[in-house]
Amino acid sequence: MAKIQVSTNINNESVEYLCEPHDTMLSVLRNQLDLTGSKESCGSGDCGSCSVILDGELVCSCLMLAAEAEGSKLETIEGMSEGGKLHALQQKFLEKAALQCGICTPGFLMASKALLDHNPTPTETEVRFWLAGNLCRCTGYDKIVKAVLEVADDMKESA
Amino acid sequence: MNEISNKWIGKNTVRPDGAEKVTGRAQYSSDTTMPGMIWGHVLRSPHPHAKIISINTKKAEALEGVKSVITSKDIVDFPLDKPVMLGIQDMRWMCRNIMARDKVLFHGHPLAAVAATTEAIAEKACNLIEVEYEILPWAIDIEDAIKDDAPILHDHIHFDGKPSNIAGTLEHKKGDIEEGFEKADVIIERDFKTEAVHQGYLETHSCLVSVAADGRATIWSSSQGQFMVRAMTSFLTGIPQSNIRAIPAEIGGGFGGKTIVYLEPLATVMSQKTGRPVKIVMNREDTMRASGPTSGSKSKIKIGATKDGKIVAAQGIYYLQAGAFPGSPIRGAAGCSLAPYDIPNAHTFGYDVVSNRSKVAAYRAPGAPIGAYGVECVLDEIAESLKICPLELRKINAAKEGTKAVHGPVFPKMGYIETLDAAINHPHYKAPLGKHQGRGVASGFWFNAGGESSAQLNITEDGNVVVTTGHPDVGGSRASIANITAELLGINHDRVSVLIGDTATIGYSNLTGGSRVLFASALVVTESAQIVINQLKQRAAKIWGIDEDAIDWENGEARPAGDNAGKFAPLTLAEIADKATATGGPIGAGYQVNTEGAEGGFATHICDVEVDMDLGIVRVKRYTSIQDVGKAIHPDYVEGQLQGGCAQGIGWALSEEYIYNKDGHLDNTGFLDYRMPVCSDLPMLDTVIIEVPNPKHPQGVRGVGEVPLVPPLAAISNAVYQAIGKRSYSLPMSPPKVLKIIEGS
Repeated sequence: MAKIQVSTNINNESVEYLCEPHDTMLSVLRNQLDLTGSKESCGSGDCGSCSVILDGELVCSCLMLAAEAEGSKLETIEGMSEGGKLHALQQKFLEKAALQCGICTPGFLMASKALLDHNPTPTETEVRFWLAGNLCRCTGYDKIVKAVLEVADDMKESA
Repeated sequence: MNEISNKWIGKNTVRPDGAEKVTGRAQYSSDTTMPGMIWGHVLRSPHPHAKIISINTKKAEALEGVKSVITSKDIVDFPLDKPVMLGIQDMRWMCRNIMARDKVLFHGHPLAAVAATTEAIAEKACNLIEVEYEILPWAIDIEDAIKDDAPILHDHIHFDGKPSNIAGTLEHKKGDIEEGFEKADVIIERDFKTEAVHQGYLETHSCLVSVAADGRATIWSSSQGQFMVRAMTSFLTGIPQSNIRAIPAEIGGGFGGKTIVYLEPLATVMSQKTGRPVKIVMNREDTMRASGPTSGSKSKIKIGATKDGKIVAAQGIYYLQAGAFPGSPIRGAAGCSLAPYDIPNAHTFGYDVVSNRSKVAAYRAPGAPIGAYGVECVLDEIAESLKICPLELRKINAAKEGTKAVHGPVFPKMGYIETLDAAINHPHYKAPLGKHQGRGVASGFWFNAGGESSAQLNITEDGNVVVTTGHPDVGGSRASIANITAELLGINHDRVSVLIGDTATIGYSNLTGGSRVLFASALVVTESAQIVINQLKQRAAKIWGIDEDAIDWENGEARPAGDNAGKFAPLTLAEIADKATATGGPIGAGYQVNTEGAEGGFATHICDVEVDMDLGIVRVKRYTSIQDVGKAIHPDYVEGQLQGGCAQGIGWALSEEYIYNKDGHLDNTGFLDYRMPVCSDLPMLDTVIIEVPNPKHPQGVRGVGEVPLVPPLAAISNAVYQAIGKRSYSLPMSPPKVLKIIEGS
């Protein structure tokens, strides 16, 4: 079967690639585009380690076909910091020790960014349910939830 | 640089490896590639127990793109009659676990592997391998494995004079339990059952191996010990250790499960055969099916106490699943379960039971949560029948300095009673409870560990510091080492870089496991820093032309010790480094030792649950972990250990279990069915850090990481009892089981 040519935008840069019809977005990100910040922990959409933002919506890139990115705008963890400056969420995760092994961290950061983009003033319960699609086995989520809530507070104050 | 506080121990500094991890740049094992790399895939058994009559690889080899097909013939064989130990692992079992010989022993057992130009071709080729099996009867659960007519996994393993699936036993005795029980006013005896649970690390196993034309192998993989990877790969491939360089990738969780190898020897052999770098990534399904969970168990606990709450006798009999090969953590169950208590007459006995499941691997305080579960639940019943507060009951019997533990040692200074007092006085313990809510408590112990550790501390030419240690960092150990180094040298924390060396760049260091890493690496880093400080004083002495004994090292600079030494302006680390060449050359030191003096850790947990009486769902509403950590070098990461262990305990107690179907297949190999706690399942997890310094450690460090998983099973179980008024004696307390208990008589 012929490969599909895809033109898309990833982290504000135009990207073109060829993919098989069955290739997942995650496999193209990792194996073709060297964007290995998105992780595969389950491959079935249950863990959120491969979370990316597609046209503003949070998706598991392991459940998305690479061909679907045609004409879209994709954000991955590699595009979260700008000009060497960490995003507020990245900074807060570091300061609050909201990561241990770090393998789930890119996914949590993308999911948290998507949450605050949608809802800049979430309650603890809203944070917990929004992030329920992301598994973390190290932290018990405590410091992650606190970090996200603090960033939301900081944003409110600076708004 | 001198205005800083010089007080870095106990500070929540930003970890040295943090920026790479929040930007997605940190290299985990499957993130690495090599030019010319090919992909491996493993063929696994579809049967729980079968003789391998023949394996025909011809069709697979003929497939275009296939470069290598290997079977057990390509892995070094360790004959069954003689153990070959590497730590606690026996290479007889390891060689058969990574590639089945003669028999497949569990659903998912590897029996061949293929390397090909793409992962898809390698997988397709695996399906072309023709295997003829003679299917054998199998045993999955302990009861089935130990009955008289059970199918025997290993004919050479004997117990009571005949072939058996009981592969070993372990016993601890103190006093005379018969006499002890005679003195008891109340005796409670209960049977408990737990299911196998997986460590649940989110990074599956993977590796990339390149064997060069000169036969030297380089391995990139994520493990809890690059030296373990090197040694096991050497054993299983026959390549000498000096020709293997194991580079530790960042590790995406291990919890004990990455203390053995699965893929590295296979990729090494295939790279040897093809002359190409070989990468293998295990998927989630295979990780669940074929990499180590921890044991399921059955146990019988009997405890007797007098009216005033003094425990006079206790007995624990434990049967633990080992999986297909011997080696369940009976030591943790039999050794830790009674350790928090001073009991005059005690007996624990563990049985190591093999069955047709994947081989177990270590999981956070291996065996100890299983041991504590039964004991701490029975203590709850004793407290209830004697009408004594369960924490008071524990206090009456608490082990303290000088107590001889059932498993042998005499305890030094330690903080168990402090955890009980903190629990009794914690607002959580007095907070009111709502309808269908209950509160439970439990305690726990883990041995902790020392062992081999190496460190190298170098002063850079511009007067900063690079520290290299040999233990993979699973949860912030680099941050703690940076704190300690900054403290000892009296310099700002951000002038210290901490790296994990590979097997060629740092001396032998034992596994990251047993809660040993910070204990051991802090010790060797402290020794290295002392040597370096002496060197710095010698250099200052040379510069000033005075005796080095007349120099103090303080706040990151050399100073004359007193007026008699002469008047000199202090020399900073940077100034001394700048003159290093003229004063004798590079400044730096390494230290390597088998560390001793690790002392046990204790914790007490308080848990509130709410039970949905219609659906049987147990929800944890509030949780407080209280633990003696010795000294918290980096409090946030200490808290993180307490919180993470607690969350894993909640999963073990309420929702996680290995479920085998009638065909002996593991039925729940994905995270949808193997239900680990998610964010919305949990409340905030409170912690109380107790610091009773370990007298045998320069910073007072005890191990931290294991203990947090020991008390939760019983704490949650006891809380469920308080909520519904009926006791559960088996885990997980999943909704259908809880409903049955609620509706039962």
